[in-house]
Amino acid sequence: MSDKPIISARDLSIHFTLRGGFLAPKQVLRAVEGVTLDIPSGSFFGLVGESGSGKTTLGRAFLKANKISRGQAHYFDGEVEYDLENLSKQQLKDYRKRAQLIFQDPYAALSPRMTVRDIIAEPLEVMGLTSTREETDERVREIAAKCRLNLEHLRRFPHAFSGGQRQRISIARALVSNPRFVVADESVAALDVSIQADILNLLKSLQDELGLTYLFISHDLSVVAHICDHVAVMYLGRLVETAPTKDLFSAPRHPYTKALLSAIPSLDPDQRDGGQKLQGEIPSPTNPPPGCKFNTRCPFAIDICRTKEPELEHSGREHDVACHRWQELAEGADAESAT
Amino acid sequence: MTLLSANNLTLQFDTDEGRITAVDDVSFELSPGEVLGLVGESGSGKSVTAKSLMQLNPSNAVYGPESRITLRLDGNDIDVLSLKKASELKVVRGGAVSMIFQEPMASFAPAITIGDQMVEQLMLHTDMNKKRASDVSVEMLERVGISDASKRFKQYAFELSGGMRQRAMIAMALSTRPKLLIADEPTTALDVTIQAQVIDLMKDLVSEFGMGIIFITHDLGVIAQTADRVAVMYLGKLVEQGAVRDVIRNPVHPYTKGLLNALPKLDDLDAPLTPIPGDIPSPLERPSGCVFHTRCSVAEPRCQITVPPMTMTGDNHNFACLVAAGEKETA
Repeated sequence: MSDKPIISARDLSIHFTLRGGFLAPKQVLRAVEGVTLDIPSGSFFGLVGESGSGKTTLGRAFLKANKISRGQAHYFDGEVEYDLENLSKQQLKDYRKRAQLIFQDPYAALSPRMTVRDIIAEPLEVMGLTSTREETDERVREIAAKCRLNLEHLRRFPHAFSGGQRQRISIARALVSNPRFVVADESVAALDVSIQADILNLLKSLQDELGLTYLFISHDLSVVAHICDHVAVMYLGRLVETAPTKDLFSAPRHPYTKALLSAIPSLDPDQRDGGQKLQGEIPSPTNPPPGCKFNTRCPFAIDICRTKEPELEHSGREHDVACHRWQELAEGADAESAT
Repeated sequence: MTLLSANNLTLQFDTDEGRITAVDDVSFELSPGEVLGLVGESGSGKSVTAKSLMQLNPSNAVYGPESRITLRLDGNDIDVLSLKKASELKVVRGGAVSMIFQEPMASFAPAITIGDQMVEQLMLHTDMNKKRASDVSVEMLERVGISDASKRFKQYAFELSGGMRQRAMIAMALSTRPKLLIADEPTTALDVTIQAQVIDLMKDLVSEFGMGIIFITHDLGVIAQTADRVAVMYLGKLVEQGAVRDVIRNPVHPYTKGLLNALPKLDDLDAPLTPIPGDIPSPLERPSGCVFHTRCSVAEPRCQITVPPMTMTGDNHNFACLVAAGEKETA
């Protein structure tokens, strides 16, 4: 662990140009806009937001799977430092070993025609990390054991496995090249509750064992609350709030974060009127509203919110928020809780 | 008075690999205006159970000889499983029973406008003429909170956002004023903020229309927010049922307890997540005795042999577990 973040993004934007229809002009989809973010080395970093918030696009950009339109992103793991914008071919090859992705759907991510051994070994062969078959087998067995798969499993094909086992195979495949930085994109969303906890515990123990840094992308705030130590909240391509998990969940600053938290269905049947409900839906990223992107749904929006976009500012230790009125609203909440 | 009762429902599928049991001796009842939550993980048989209420299961489905589903409408009992002809089935397929599906994009026809689809089913199931059916449809779209309803009426499913499509689906399902609504994971594909809106909407509509609802979901939080009673299923078996407060606060069956422990809870972030050990068995290798014994932490040798009967505990709270029943007796 070092103090320098493993990923640091500065004013990062990712735009896609949509082909216009007949006579229709080309449109620009601003999937991610001006994101500044540090992912501390060794952290379990959560990235949350509704669909269309740009969380997956941002995660993929850190893996060099999306082009960065503007801004910078740096990677540093103690051994190498890369500017993700300007990687040589050799560097990119090396970076692919160091940064890996765990997919959402363990049913779609594994080839049905390959044995589990071949699925896990493929990255080693493609990247040329091992020279002999014995060496490959050795490495596959090692990582499979860490992901609680046994030798018997390695000979079989993916169809013979349940969702939880498949996700363990996906994880083994992602970790076989010994990466330092892993993006887990909705990696437990497709799993049943009883299995989900098992995979989360596995990710956590692998982190401790292998010294990994995770970017954990999820729409499920209760999962993020349990597993992550830092959380960043995105809305329509913007970062609206970032904080250590405990701070974010005990004292959310941004009205959007508050709304997301109050929308989680409570397990208490007597708490059926769970606070303020967010009206409307997320606007289209091809035609975002002016000013604060959240103003169309925000119950506290005033004139300035409709014209001027708020900057991300410090509201506490490591706690940043992008809202014109966070101070005012926080004072209001304090006064309320005092009475 | 009951609206619906399912008795000893058993359902098997004939497949190439043999006969698979999807639902095993399940019984439950539903009163008008009541919301029954049906919870379970994938493969628990909850969707198949709901589909048998409309006879929507594929043709390789074989119902057990003891299986009875009775729908009571205006004092008349309808034996749902005995219905054969399309004209007879109309009553459970859109007439008195409607269904909302998980993925609204897949349930609307892509090349027919939302409005035409709503009008079509209204004309099929009621004696409205086209003009009246259009008016009622637009009114329903407004009722479920779709702004600009007359414009949306003329649009196709792909032009609507996910949340709006699910609202349109609800509007369509409710426009025939069904007595029973089956909602199969209606909020699972939606974002959490939209899910909250749809849950609120459904609660309003239940109190307004007074129909019975079977709400299928894997999310116990959603159940706690919507249901009056809850039935927990595992591998085709009903393992516990009762009032939602009783089951969530005082779960008896080890599976229900396990599900609740596996859920991440927001009020205690440091609590460890406890998974249920093992994986859900394949339906081809159905465990003998209690189907949960392979993953149960309190299983005893007898659990592998004896199928546990439903045991009463407290008011209308049943469970099927030999070990818990023994504990209750000695306590």
